[in-house]
Amino acid sequence: MTSARPKIDFDAKIPNNVDLASDRKLQRALERWQPNFLDWWGDMGPAVDTKDVYLRTAVDVGREGWAHFDHVPMNEYRWGVFLSEHDPDRKIAFGEHKGEPVWQEVPGEYRADLQRLIVIQGDTEPASVEQQRFLGATAPSLYDMRNLFQVNVEEGRHLWAMVYLLHAYFGRAGREEADQLLARNSGSDDSPRILGAFNEETPDWLSFYMFTYFTDRDGKYQLGTLKESGFDPLSRTCEFMLKEEAHHMFVGTTGIDRVVTRTAQLMNEHDSDEVAGAGGIPLEMIQKYINFHYTVSLDLFGNESSTNAANYFTAGIKGRWQEERRKDDHLLTDDAGAVDAVRDGQITTTEVPALLALNQDLRSEYMSDCRGGLKRWNRILEKHGIDARLSLPHVGFNRQVGAFAGSHITPEGKMISAEDWKAQESKWLPTEVDKTHVRGLMHPVLEPGKIAGWIAPPSNGINDKPMDFEYVHFN
Amino acid sequence: MTVLEDAPAAPQAAGADAPPQVDFDTDPTRYRHWRYEVEGETAWVYLDVAEDGGLVPGYELKLNSYDLGVDIELYDLTQRLRFSHPEVRSVVLTSGKESNFCAGANIRMLAQSSHSWKVNFCKFTNETRNGIEDMTANSGQTWLAALNGTAAGGGYEMALACETILLVNDRSSAVALPEVPLLGVLPGTGGLTRVTDKRHVRKDRADIFATKSEGFQGPKAVDWKLVDETVSRKQWDATVRERAAEAAAGSHRPVDGHGISLPPLAREVTAESDSLASIRYPNVRCDIDRGARTATITVLGPEPHAVPESLERIHALGADFWPLAMTRELDDLILRLRTNELEIGTWLIKTQGSIEGALAFERVIAEHSSSDWLVNEIRHYFKRTLKRLDVTSRTLIALIEPGSCFAGALLELALACDRQYMLEGTFEDHDEEQDPAQIVLTASNFGTFPMGNGLTRLQSRFYGDDETLAALEAGSRFTGAQAEEAGLVTDAPDDIDYEDEIRILLEERASLSPDALTGMEANHRFVGPETMETRIFGRLTAWQNWIFIRPNASGPEGALRRYGTGRKADFDQKRV
Repeated sequence: MTSARPKIDFDAKIPNNVDLASDRKLQRALERWQPNFLDWWGDMGPAVDTKDVYLRTAVDVGREGWAHFDHVPMNEYRWGVFLSEHDPDRKIAFGEHKGEPVWQEVPGEYRADLQRLIVIQGDTEPASVEQQRFLGATAPSLYDMRNLFQVNVEEGRHLWAMVYLLHAYFGRAGREEADQLLARNSGSDDSPRILGAFNEETPDWLSFYMFTYFTDRDGKYQLGTLKESGFDPLSRTCEFMLKEEAHHMFVGTTGIDRVVTRTAQLMNEHDSDEVAGAGGIPLEMIQKYINFHYTVSLDLFGNESSTNAANYFTAGIKGRWQEERRKDDHLLTDDAGAVDAVRDGQITTTEVPALLALNQDLRSEYMSDCRGGLKRWNRILEKHGIDARLSLPHVGFNRQVGAFAGSHITPEGKMISAEDWKAQESKWLPTEVDKTHVRGLMHPVLEPGKIAGWIAPPSNGINDKPMDFEYVHFN
Repeated sequence: MTVLEDAPAAPQAAGADAPPQVDFDTDPTRYRHWRYEVEGETAWVYLDVAEDGGLVPGYELKLNSYDLGVDIELYDLTQRLRFSHPEVRSVVLTSGKESNFCAGANIRMLAQSSHSWKVNFCKFTNETRNGIEDMTANSGQTWLAALNGTAAGGGYEMALACETILLVNDRSSAVALPEVPLLGVLPGTGGLTRVTDKRHVRKDRADIFATKSEGFQGPKAVDWKLVDETVSRKQWDATVRERAAEAAAGSHRPVDGHGISLPPLAREVTAESDSLASIRYPNVRCDIDRGARTATITVLGPEPHAVPESLERIHALGADFWPLAMTRELDDLILRLRTNELEIGTWLIKTQGSIEGALAFERVIAEHSSSDWLVNEIRHYFKRTLKRLDVTSRTLIALIEPGSCFAGALLELALACDRQYMLEGTFEDHDEEQDPAQIVLTASNFGTFPMGNGLTRLQSRFYGDDETLAALEAGSRFTGAQAEEAGLVTDAPDDIDYEDEIRILLEERASLSPDALTGMEANHRFVGPETMETRIFGRLTAWQNWIFIRPNASGPEGALRRYGTGRKADFDQKRV
């Protein structure tokens, strides 16, 4: 090659464990892509003007000390490329290639499918940054603002991770897809994000906590199935992403903990369920937000019966949740499974080949995980001596995708008419009044150690820092 | 027809599932089914099939019926008439048997053959029939069919490839296409097409003829234009001679030419392992990777200093003259791969050598091809070899890399491919200093080597896009990026992307249905106008191959399998 490129110190700029410094292909791709990414971050990333933020930066993949905490100007955040450690003996765990060594290169036969999976996963990562762009302006505390930005930069890094795969393994077509990931924008009329759920703005912090609890948890399950992939670089990338994803769900879990705690406190203080007037979020409203975010996230798992999922499984490119811990033949060619169905106005199940039931299988895993949050929040209510309980609605409630789409099912799982649904919908899903109330509570609290009145403070700070630590510095 | 045998059809012969390795090497001393005699300006070609000379066991070649082995000899014979006999200006095709010309393809052979064998057999015989027409049209060797007995099915199709058909009028000899009524298949070696398109038989008469198993004898055959002339036994020899002399009179062949000999090809076949094998000739190399199901075909270009300084030198070199030597080797390789390597689904076409060398040879060919019979023959031979590529049911990918010589005629190899990938720049980690790959357009790309559809490969490539085509000029040279810009290559990745792009492409291709690929590629390769050739290779062959796999022909109760058993075919009566 004769072209003289500006020499960039890649290892310093982009923390990585993929030997970026000696990979010409990757360097060239990233050289072009990185400025576009920074432009995108500037245009579509957090809108609050900050000087620096106390952020975690991934710098390694080891068990100890994989991350580094420091105040960093956000546009200087070092988005890195990390894959979990390489296991030279790893074998494909399922499908028709079961037992063969995992692939270190994209098998041409599955190029299109793998590229599609990576693009869809990659598309959600920047989407959530875009959806949450204006939230920082109404943060209930500096601690929360910092957590929001932490989630944002890490979603940005997850985008990098997917872009790395596209650049490193998919040639020219991969580079073009990587560009498209920045060209689509959440909520854009011309070029929206691929999945509908990622085109809705996150309008308030309750929605943000719900999103990180429920929707990021969908991400966890998707990553979990890709972690099983026979395409080793994808598997290793997703395994490392899951580490960061855990923090995002922590933000959601503890965020809702704190809202519920505060509501319980207000209920006790005022001896009333009606805490809206006292600047809190009533339990009924929290329940409606749960109903909404949970069901929208259920839709993300796709149709109950899916030939795509079956093909991905057979090909060995996307497995089941915790595939290797399962005790079956990992081929599923002779098995059957029951999937949800609506027949003659009744909620029932129908038997299909197990391979076709993989979406439902994953959704079931997700649903039982979600129940953990409800247990937590109900324990808080119990601790505060409150009898009311929060719950997850029926799987068929408010669904737009799959077997229940088009049916009207109450949170209790009763099939009702469209008219009945219309009459009662406002009891189950956030109304304009509810949303206006929640939005009305969103006032920024920027003084270190202080917190908004609708949410309780966290029990611990970040990285053992106290609550009154200056997590964010402003210009 | 129609080989009338009493014995019931044999079960599938052992050879049917694992067809033998077919060799295309032969010469007149080894012929078992043909002989020819040159008398002055006329060559007398006798079909005289040895009944026990079948290529694979399981059938007898009765009644001058033929199989692939018979046709391999015919192909060799046509090549020798072209190259070794410049003095021959007309060719009389007749039978060495008493009162029987040829009964066509052997039915027992067809009934026992796998689908792929039948398809390959038909393709090769079609190419040889087209080659015979090409001799009449472009070599100054006009073919006459002297049907001294009944010519049925493939026998009549062989006659149809000739310029003139004479049928003996003996009150019993006939021409016939009995495939439909007797065998439930088509006269698929051009028969249906040539009756209408070449001999201009009215379609209702063609319908009657093709469903009338006994066909027509002389007078009616003349009346319906199925033959040109019918002659009594008494007049037969004299008339045939007279017609042969008349045909010879119009030839542009030299009277004092000296033929060249076509010695056996130097070919080395090695199997390095279960998955790797190679076929090497002096000027063409092929490396087979059975795991990837690819064959990499590399044509080695000539050296600039090897260009013969004179026409005399070209004649002295003969079969060693690079363009002829290379074409013979490539032709042989294509035939071998097509017949013997069915699972090698993708051919990667490369060249290696000096662009200036290739261009120097081009100039020699261009200078002499209209005046010298040998150079003219070589040009048309390369044309036919390219056409073989065009109708090859394999994915063809040209890889244009530094050190290649895709210039002019050799560029046609790339243009015949389904896709062309050209490295932009050089391979960075290559040991030696390299110049970036170039491709060069010459006059050869603008009409010297037309495809079966009558268009050049450039015209086919840019069909309906005259503007792009008009921008291309002979003499232009293109680097990768320029070639991509001009539309001459599919893609021109640089060295960072190149290997990945090709690897993914090949793996992806290998995962697609071979049948769908064959159909898709054939559709894409032949754009635009239909010719008799494209109708034979497209319409007729596609229908025939469909019929071949239908139970009505090849099922246990189908006409092809039941033929000669004394039992009637049991048809599924649904029209599809």
